Amino acid sequence: MLEVSSLEVCYGDLVALSGLNLHVEQGRIVALLGSNGVGKTTLINTICGLFKPTKGSIVYQGTHLEREPAHRVVELGVVQVPEGRKLFPQMTVLENLQMGAYPPRARELAEESLDFVFGLLPRLKERTNQIAGTLSGGEQQMVALGRGLMARPRLLILDEPSLGLAPLVVQTIFETVRQVKETGITVLLVEQNVRQVLSFCDRAFVLENGCITLGGQGLELLDNPHVREAYLGM
Amino acid sequence: MFTQLLQLTANGLLLGAIYALNAMGLTLIFGVMEIINFAHGEFLMLAMYGAFFLNVWMGMGPYVAIVVVVPLFFVLGVAFQRLMIQPLLDSQEIAQIFATVGLSIVLSNGALFFFSADYQMVRTDYSLESLDLFGVYLGYTRIFAFAAVCMVALGLYLFMKRTYMGRAIRATAQDRRAAALMGVNVRRVYMITTGLGLACVGITGSVLSPIFSVFPSVGTQFGLIAFVVVVLGGMGNLAGAFFGGLIIGLVEAYSGFFLDPALKTVVYFVVFILILLVKPSGLFGSTVRENG
Ligand SMILES: Nc1ncnc2c1ncn2[C@@H]1O[C@H](COP(=O)(O)OP(=O)(O)O)[C@@H](O)[C@H]1O
Ligand SMILES: [Mg+2]
Repeated sequence: MLEVSSLEVCYGDLVALSGLNLHVEQGRIVALLGSNGVGKTTLINTICGLFKPTKGSIVYQGTHLEREPAHRVVELGVVQVPEGRKLFPQMTVLENLQMGAYPPRARELAEESLDFVFGLLPRLKERTNQIAGTLSGGEQQMVALGRGLMARPRLLILDEPSLGLAPLVVQTIFETVRQVKETGITVLLVEQNVRQVLSFCDRAFVLENGCITLGGQGLELLDNPHVREAYLGM
Repeated sequence: MFTQLLQLTANGLLLGAIYALNAMGLTLIFGVMEIINFAHGEFLMLAMYGAFFLNVWMGMGPYVAIVVVVPLFFVLGVAFQRLMIQPLLDSQEIAQIFATVGLSIVLSNGALFFFSADYQMVRTDYSLESLDLFGVYLGYTRIFAFAAVCMVALGLYLFMKRTYMGRAIRATAQDRRAAALMGVNVRRVYMITTGLGLACVGITGSVLSPIFSVFPSVGTQFGLIAFVVVVLGGMGNLAGAFFGGLIIGLVEAYSGFFLDPALKTVVYFVVFILILLVKPSGLFGSTVRENG
């Protein structure tokens, strides 16, 4: 579904990613793991059209994304739930969700999507008219996730959705991600929460020094000596 | 005395509404692009000339002229954004200031060259007539201006709250990158926002044309008032600009009566400085990019 090949991305003189290859299969939860500052966010922002790569290609269902501006990528069905939620803080929960349904394709289905999101995240239904900036971290992440789903993604990219949340809330979020996958949406999950994610993802990749160094099935990687030592502290 | 106070208050509110709409155009552009358009007053001057010439050449009344001036100014705003603001968005503030100040000088001198320095005004049959409301006199042209402003303000409010494009404008103001991730074409939002901002100026200029003389440097004064109103209401805050405009209108009416009309500019500046000293974020807060 998504094929990233020999990708190179630079910030001025700094090479953030180089020679990166990544394959995301349809209908799976694919995890992208890596410590702070290895370039996970850089990678998905490049996929989403916010940065232009200096080399390489990103092909999504036959379309080259590296030439498309961010808003076009969304219209094609690749939707990102950004790191740190990035809600519209002065808008209500409902308005944030409605913003998710901005692409023309999603707009027609907005009512139906809203029911779907409320079914998945019932907490949001009680909070529709609350200003997003006043919600707790966990609720904000739910809004961010709901907003992403409102866009009717075919590939949903989540950037560290568990960041800064209490364990119980993290469970809810991951459980929701699993339900999202059940509806046929492919998920690319960027995480540092390695142990938990490896236990439920279909495939996982490890990003180190600007490229993918390791890949495999989730449970398989859980037994990998390098993963155990570097990410699980064993 | 009571009637006199009422009269002053009415004068202030009717005048303030015009200031309000003018300032809404300025604050909208600032709120979304964080760019200060120093040519704002000169665009208003152009709109007043537009309404004036439509009247002289085609016999159009100032309120009919709105129908022509507003689409024209929307397009002018789109072009202004595309050709001047967009290339400057990532430049230093100093470049942005020079560019729009430069444009304001070009526009006012161009007007001087093409339209001469004469004071000109749209004359209508009802220009000098007033409505007598229990001893309080309200000029018809001012009532019409007030009604137009309230309608536009309400329309803008509903547009911002209820439509996808309106929400996209607010979203872009709050977090441009997140808006792009929602599928918003940020450049297009910028063009539409600037178009709307100048459309507000177009309406202001039209309703102002039978009330106030137009001359090449008329924009200086209205531009200054717009800046005071925008700072008072909180930069980027549409509702703030609306109420800020009414407040400045009242301040002008009262100070003209109790002090001296000639001190008007001094009073604006005192208000301006007081706000900056006491509450720099404005009465309604500039963080409220609520635009509602
Ligand atoms: N806008 C930027 N300009 C310059 N360097 C950046 C920028 N964003 C990120 N970086 C650098 O690129 C590297 C990767 O960052 P990032 O993609 O945010 O990592 P991660 O998401 O894995 O924590 C880091 O070294 C970071 O300092
Ligand atoms: Mg990151």
